[in-house]
Amino acid sequence: MATTPQEKRIILKNIDQDGYTRDIDCYLANGGYEVLKQTVTKDPADLCKEIETSGLRGRGGAGFPCGMKWKFLDRKSGKPIYLVCNADESEPGTFKDRQIIHKDPHQLIEGMMCSAFAIQAACAYIYIRGEFPEGAKILEEAIEEARKKNFVGKNICGTKYSCEIYVHRGAGAYICGEETGLIESLEGKRAYPRIKPPFFPAVLGLYQCPTAVNNVETLCNVKHVFDMGGEEYAKIGKPGNTGTRILCVSGHVKKPGYYEFEVGSLTLGQLIYDVCGGLPEGRTLKAVIPGGSSAKVLRADERYTGKTKSGEEFDWSLEDIPLDFDSLMAAGSMAGSGGVIVMDDTTDMVEALGNINAFYAHESCGQCTPCREGSLWMKKITTRMLEGQPRLEDVDLLKSVADQIAGRTICAFGEACAWPTQSFVLKFRDEFIAKAEKQIKESSPSREPALAETE
Amino acid sequence: MTVNPFLPMSDTQTDTEEFSLSSETLAKIDEVITHYPEKEKRSATLPLLHLVQEEKGYISQPAMEWIADKLGLTPINVYELVTFYPMFREKPVGRRHVRVCRTLSCALVGSHKTCKVLQDKLGCDLDGVSADGEFSIEYAECLAGCGTGPVLMVDDDFYENIDEAKAAELADRLKAETKD
Repeated sequence: MATTPQEKRIILKNIDQDGYTRDIDCYLANGGYEVLKQTVTKDPADLCKEIETSGLRGRGGAGFPCGMKWKFLDRKSGKPIYLVCNADESEPGTFKDRQIIHKDPHQLIEGMMCSAFAIQAACAYIYIRGEFPEGAKILEEAIEEARKKNFVGKNICGTKYSCEIYVHRGAGAYICGEETGLIESLEGKRAYPRIKPPFFPAVLGLYQCPTAVNNVETLCNVKHVFDMGGEEYAKIGKPGNTGTRILCVSGHVKKPGYYEFEVGSLTLGQLIYDVCGGLPEGRTLKAVIPGGSSAKVLRADERYTGKTKSGEEFDWSLEDIPLDFDSLMAAGSMAGSGGVIVMDDTTDMVEALGNINAFYAHESCGQCTPCREGSLWMKKITTRMLEGQPRLEDVDLLKSVADQIAGRTICAFGEACAWPTQSFVLKFRDEFIAKAEKQIKESSPSREPALAETE
Repeated sequence: MTVNPFLPMSDTQTDTEEFSLSSETLAKIDEVITHYPEKEKRSATLPLLHLVQEEKGYISQPAMEWIADKLGLTPINVYELVTFYPMFREKPVGRRHVRVCRTLSCALVGSHKTCKVLQDKLGCDLDGVSADGEFSIEYAECLAGCGTGPVLMVDDDFYENIDEAKAAELADRLKAETKD
C-alpha cells in the first residue's frame, strides 16, 4: 500500500497545538490579522479575482465556487451588501466549524473581514446554530477584542472602510443551514427557504439586498487565499477541487476526529484505515456515508465504475475512491459537508435508515407537501419495519415515496431527505427484505431499540 | 392584559399576571435591537426569545405579546417562531435540562443507552420532568460533536464521550449539585 498522505493543516494549523489559546494576543503572536492589514490596501475587484483564480469551492455542502457567488453580487443597485457567515453546522456527521469557532475564532473573524472588504459589505452577521451557546459567547468576546484593536468596526486598520460583525443565534432548526432559509430566519421569520431562480441571495438576499452567504470553513479559506495568492492556492489539491478539506470522521473507527487534507490527496480507505486506525477489533467495514447524512450511502463490497468528469474511466473498490468533490460524485454520492460516517458489520441498515429518516422528518420545514408528507411517511414506514409490523411491499413503498420528493421541492432538503432512503434501499435491498420476511414469519412485535429511537 | 383569541391560553400563567423582566435582560434586549437596521427590528425576534427564555425558562403567552409589542409586531409573528424553532418551549422544563444527541453518529456509539441511564438515574421520562422538578430530558438532533459521541448538553454545557458509565457519574454529580 502507498504511504499514508500527511495532513496539510492550513485551517487547523494552530488548533489543538500546545499553548495555543483562542484570545487575540495568541492569535497576533502567530501572525494574526497581518493578512487583513495587507488586504485593506488592495483593490476589492482584484481581491474578488484572486478568489476566482483560486478555484475555492464552498465548504458547506454544495461545493459552489465562492468566486462565482461573489461575482453575482448586485453592485449596481446601490443597496448595501451583506456578508453572512453560515455557522449553522447541523448536517449530521459534521463537526468542523465547532472546532474553528471554539479554538480559533479570530481566524474566522479575519477571514470574514477580508471577505467583507473584498465584496465591500456594509455589515456582516454570523448565523450560529442555537445549540452552540458557548460558541456564540466565544465569538462575541473575540469580536469585541478585535473591535478594540480596530480590526472590526469603524475605519478598520486606519482605512475609510467600516464594517460591523454581529452574532445571531438560531434556535435548533436544521433548515437554517439552507442559505435562503437562513436569511428568512435572520429576518425574524420561520426559516422557509425561498424560491430560486430567478432571484438568488446575491441579488435579493437579506432585507432584499445583495447578500453573500458563506460557510465558516470557506471564509477561513479566503484569508489563506489572500495570503498566498489565488494561483498559489490553486496548486493545492486537484484542478477544480482546490485547497484543503476538513474531513470529520465518526461512527465505527478507532480514532474518530477531524483531519485536514489536500482535496483528493487520499482515498476513503486511507482515511479509514491509516488515518483513523481502522475499525474496532474484529469488525469489518459494511458501509460509509461520505458527506454528511444526506449523502448517498456507499456499500463496502461493491465495485464503483464509470467515467470521471475529465473523461477518465475508473474501476474502484470503496477503499479506492479519492475524497474530492468530483470523484465522490462519479461514485454516486457526494463530498457534501465532509462528514464521513463509518458503519461496521454489526450495523443494522434498517435501524440506520430509521435513525436518519427520524432526523429528516423532524427537520422538514413543512413548506412543500412532497417533503413534509414524504419525510414523515418514510419515517413511519421504517419505524413499523423496526417495530415488528413490516409489510412485504414496504421496501418498494419506501423507494416510491422517496422518488416522489427529490426535484419537487423549493430547496435541496427534498433531495437531502430522499437520497438516504433511495440509496439504502437500493444498496441493501436484500437486508431490508430479509428483515421484513423474518419479522412477518415470527410476528413478534417486541423490539429492543438499537439505533432508531422511536416515539 | 387582555386575552388574545389567536394565542392558546397558557396553563401556567393567567392573563391577569403582569409580565416583567429583570433590568439586566432589558438592557441586553435594548442592545441587541441595535444590531439590525432601524426598519428591520423583526430580526431581533429570535435574540429576544432567547433572552426571555434564559430568564424565565420558557416562553409564555404574555412573553410573546411583550416581545411583539417591543418590536412593533403582532403576537402571531412571535408565536409562529416559538412553534417552528425546536429550542423554544411553551412550558417550563426541569431546573437542569438535559439534551442527548439522538442522530446517527451518536446512535452508532450508543447514545440511546446513555439516555436510558440518565432517565433512570435522574428519575424522569423522555420529554418529561422529574417529580421534584429538578431534571428534564429530551432527545436533540445532531449537536455537531459526532467524533466524540455520545454527546449531550446539560443546559448550555456540552459533554462528550458520555458512555453508560460516564452517564451514571454525570447523573450522580448533577444530583449532588442540587442538594447544595
